[in-house]
Amino acid sequence: MRRDEVSGLDWVTILIYLAMVVLGWFNIYAVVYDEAAGRDIWDLSLNSGRQLVFIGASFVIIMVIVIMDLRFYEAFAYVGYGLIVLLLLLVPVIGKEVGGNKAWLGIGSFGVQPSEFAKFITALAVAKYIATVGFKMDNLRNQAVLFLIIGVPMALTLLQKDTGTALVFTSLILVFYREGMSPFLIIVGASAAAIFVLTLLVPNEIYLYAGIGVIWALIILLGKKKVGRIVLVTVGAIMISGVIASVDYVITDVLKPHQQNRIKALINPDADPLGYGWNVTQSKIAIGSGGFWGKGFLEGTQTKFDFVPEQSTDFIFCTIGEEHGWVGTLLVVSLFVALLLRIVYLAERQKNRFTRAYAYGVLAIFFFHFAINIGMTIGLFPVIGIPLPFFSYGGSSLWGFTVLLFILLKLDSHRGEVLQRI
Amino acid sequence: MNEARKEIIQVLVVLTGIIFAVKLFFVQVVDNKYAQLADSNALLREVEYPVRGLIYDRHGDLIVHNSPEYDLYVVVKDTRPFDSARFCDIFDITPAQLRQAFRELKARKEYKPFKPTLFLKQLSNYDFAKIQDRLDELPGFFIQARTTRSYNTPSLANALGYVSEISKEQLDRDSLKLYRQGDYIGQSGIEQFYEAQLRGTRGVRFKLRNAKGIVQGAFNNGKFDTLSRPGLDLTTGIDLKLQQYTELLMKGKAGSAVAIEPATGEILALVSGPSYDPGLLTGKAFSSNFKLVSADTNKPLFNRALMAQYRPGSIFKIAQAMTALQEGVITPDTRVRCDRSIIACHGSHTNEDLRGAISNSCNPYFHQVFRRMIQKGKTNDPFTDSHLGLEEWNKHIWSFGFGKKLGVDLPNEKEGLIPTPRYYDRAYRSAAWKFSNIYSLAIGEGENLVVPLQMANFAATIANRGFYYTPHIVKAIGKDGKSLPQYQQRHYTTIDSAFFNVAVDAMQEVVESGTASYRAKLQDIVVCGKTGTVQNEPPLKDHAVFICFAPRDNPKIAIAVYVEDAGFGGRAAASIASLMVEKYLLGETKRPFIEQYVLAGKFE
Repeated sequence: MRRDEVSGLDWVTILIYLAMVVLGWFNIYAVVYDEAAGRDIWDLSLNSGRQLVFIGASFVIIMVIVIMDLRFYEAFAYVGYGLIVLLLLLVPVIGKEVGGNKAWLGIGSFGVQPSEFAKFITALAVAKYIATVGFKMDNLRNQAVLFLIIGVPMALTLLQKDTGTALVFTSLILVFYREGMSPFLIIVGASAAAIFVLTLLVPNEIYLYAGIGVIWALIILLGKKKVGRIVLVTVGAIMISGVIASVDYVITDVLKPHQQNRIKALINPDADPLGYGWNVTQSKIAIGSGGFWGKGFLEGTQTKFDFVPEQSTDFIFCTIGEEHGWVGTLLVVSLFVALLLRIVYLAERQKNRFTRAYAYGVLAIFFFHFAINIGMTIGLFPVIGIPLPFFSYGGSSLWGFTVLLFILLKLDSHRGEVLQRI
Repeated sequence: MNEARKEIIQVLVVLTGIIFAVKLFFVQVVDNKYAQLADSNALLREVEYPVRGLIYDRHGDLIVHNSPEYDLYVVVKDTRPFDSARFCDIFDITPAQLRQAFRELKARKEYKPFKPTLFLKQLSNYDFAKIQDRLDELPGFFIQARTTRSYNTPSLANALGYVSEISKEQLDRDSLKLYRQGDYIGQSGIEQFYEAQLRGTRGVRFKLRNAKGIVQGAFNNGKFDTLSRPGLDLTTGIDLKLQQYTELLMKGKAGSAVAIEPATGEILALVSGPSYDPGLLTGKAFSSNFKLVSADTNKPLFNRALMAQYRPGSIFKIAQAMTALQEGVITPDTRVRCDRSIIACHGSHTNEDLRGAISNSCNPYFHQVFRRMIQKGKTNDPFTDSHLGLEEWNKHIWSFGFGKKLGVDLPNEKEGLIPTPRYYDRAYRSAAWKFSNIYSLAIGEGENLVVPLQMANFAATIANRGFYYTPHIVKAIGKDGKSLPQYQQRHYTTIDSAFFNVAVDAMQEVVESGTASYRAKLQDIVVCGKTGTVQNEPPLKDHAVFICFAPRDNPKIAIAVYVEDAGFGGRAAASIASLMVEKYLLGETKRPFIEQYVLAGKFE
């Protein structure tokens, strides 16, 4: 490894990365900490000890990423994409089931989740396609290919019943947006989601239909009375009504019972605090009981005593909230905001389109995890099982995020060089 | 155009961060509901019940103690479906009882699925051993140890009272929140009166538990834990042997016998007949036994010693004599002809002085004495004159402790009745009453009402020559303790001490040659007494009453005995009282024929 290759890496990002990984490690120890057992943070039979091994392995991975020839990543993008699709196809056949999801490939005693690695590979593939000579974002064919690229791994993870990871791929639409796609699609999608949630919150759909009718009438009465415009607004109103009508159908017939419950819990977690609202209720209790300063490191009762489910992985944020209070959660939120803004900064200083597109892919994936994971622990989003990057326990997710981030840093460190097209 | 999108994305990121920070601020800092919920999640309050104070007699013999008892509690949230047949087998109950237990569980005021709630009460010791091994099969159920009352003697039930589960009404009244559902509380007798001293202080241990309810250790190293402190032991003034003997004598009779140590006011024996075995009202059989005892037409729960208001009869003549001497309307030498035209009398006397009148219980004498007190001739209007006379008379009589609650350390004491001018004003709906309307008071009949405890206190007052200590059961609270302060002060009557010597002489004569001379006289002890025979509705026999104290000088015991429907006071009541004197002062009776006479209970 040449010296300038290391010094060219963005150290601000690396410092944030290191801070997150170390804080995450301590928190994992806090979860498994048991005064009576007297085992320390290094103990390999504990999650904390194993996480240290994963962190050590991450450093090896980082070194490999940095040593690797710059051109490898762009060249590797499609090949890797092909390989990961193949792996994802194989998982349902040869994988082992963990926690209801068949998303794991066993290698000896360790299991890996191919879907964790599918994230950065898909981001690379999207970037590579966007960087293709002659690619135009407003070209329908090009758009179709992009959606295909994110659609295939998404469909395959959905087949593994891993809804959370599948949804992560949709975050890459942010890249399309940044690279020039019309925001219309995003607005329509976001509106549909908003109406969907609104329908759940409003006790009787009649009010919604009435509201749409009022808005429709206002637009027609107040605006210019052109035929085309009236038709457009009317069609829009009918479509929105269609979304509302479909909500009930989707909730009761498409979603599985546990998914229905997660949405119900979001709307009213108190309705059944011991039943489907358990996760959200317990999570909020744990975070809320931390107060301003928190109960202190290793002093948490809610997370330590298993009141919060999945506390090492998806609900790790509860431990921070309980033991370190608002100060702690604010620190973690700030670290993520800093990381994300730094990635935007990195992306915007790129001269070539591949790196920039990839950087936005990295941003989109981190942002999605950050927003959904913390949002679900404080009851702003339904419970979707995705990890909090660098904090949640697990080798696959740590390595996946590390690779995702450090490929960007590697590419960024060579931003001054004129890339030769291969 | 796309440059602006960079900014939109930056805004999106920062906005998300701000939304999270604000929401977290509300959840963590503003709203402390979550902190409380966290405590109820993880904190287990383990209550350690204190041992209730023990009760001893005056010689240190144990009367009431505690024996272990085990209650089954349940945390419904932690239970798993179980085989109800097996459950019934383990706890030795019927399926109907199990269903009943579940119904009662849900009906409990403080029922919450995540809180420990009483499920089955009072598993016996034997059950407990059997159950302990098999409790693992039933998550959510646990055993709470506490103690229940045990009695060393079937005596003294009415004074002791009983302890039972706190009622809903009592819980509502418990503003200090000292008790919780399922707790035990003294319900009558000294168990109720000294509840605050007997109950002790509950201990609490805070433990941390995980989501499965399994205890993980002490909270904060036990910093907030408190140890239970046992209740204070009570030493009563009761002489258990005398109490038991008196109960034996009163067996099969309705009425009451009360003995007091005059020098201290300590109650030596407090008997109400019929009574019950205090052992019935404890433990598992409490509710079924309580139904029986409270439905008993003999009213064994009714403590006649302080709740039965009787006309005192002739024993009241002593009070009349003292009052008249103090008022100066007679002297000890005043003689009154036994004129039986207004009021009947008995015996062959004709013209007695005060001593003879007491010793023969001469009714016309006291009719005349009472007239002199009531109609002093201060005004010419006989109505106003009687009004004034009765008012003055009231003051003296009250000073003996009549007509008011004495303040014994037992609940539900009755005050009796000493009629006042106002009382008669109301009864006659005007002030138009005079001596001739109320003369029955003279001989302790008429409207006078006195409870047996007041009679015994009266005997003690004469024994003390003019003062009394408020009668009380408990002579010491706690180890080397004292009685309550209100029992440590003398109450003087309004009568000069010297006048009491007249009464004492007369009462000695009652026993030695008067109305009680055969059955109350003892060979080696000078007993002073007074009989009373209280009119009853024929064909029922009169009520028998006797007060006495002994020995004459430096008296050790003052007694009142009241036996309903037993005829002449010189028979049943005097016999019982004199046997009690013997028992207390000599340890046994030297007159087995009197004992036989009382036990036979015919009183012919």
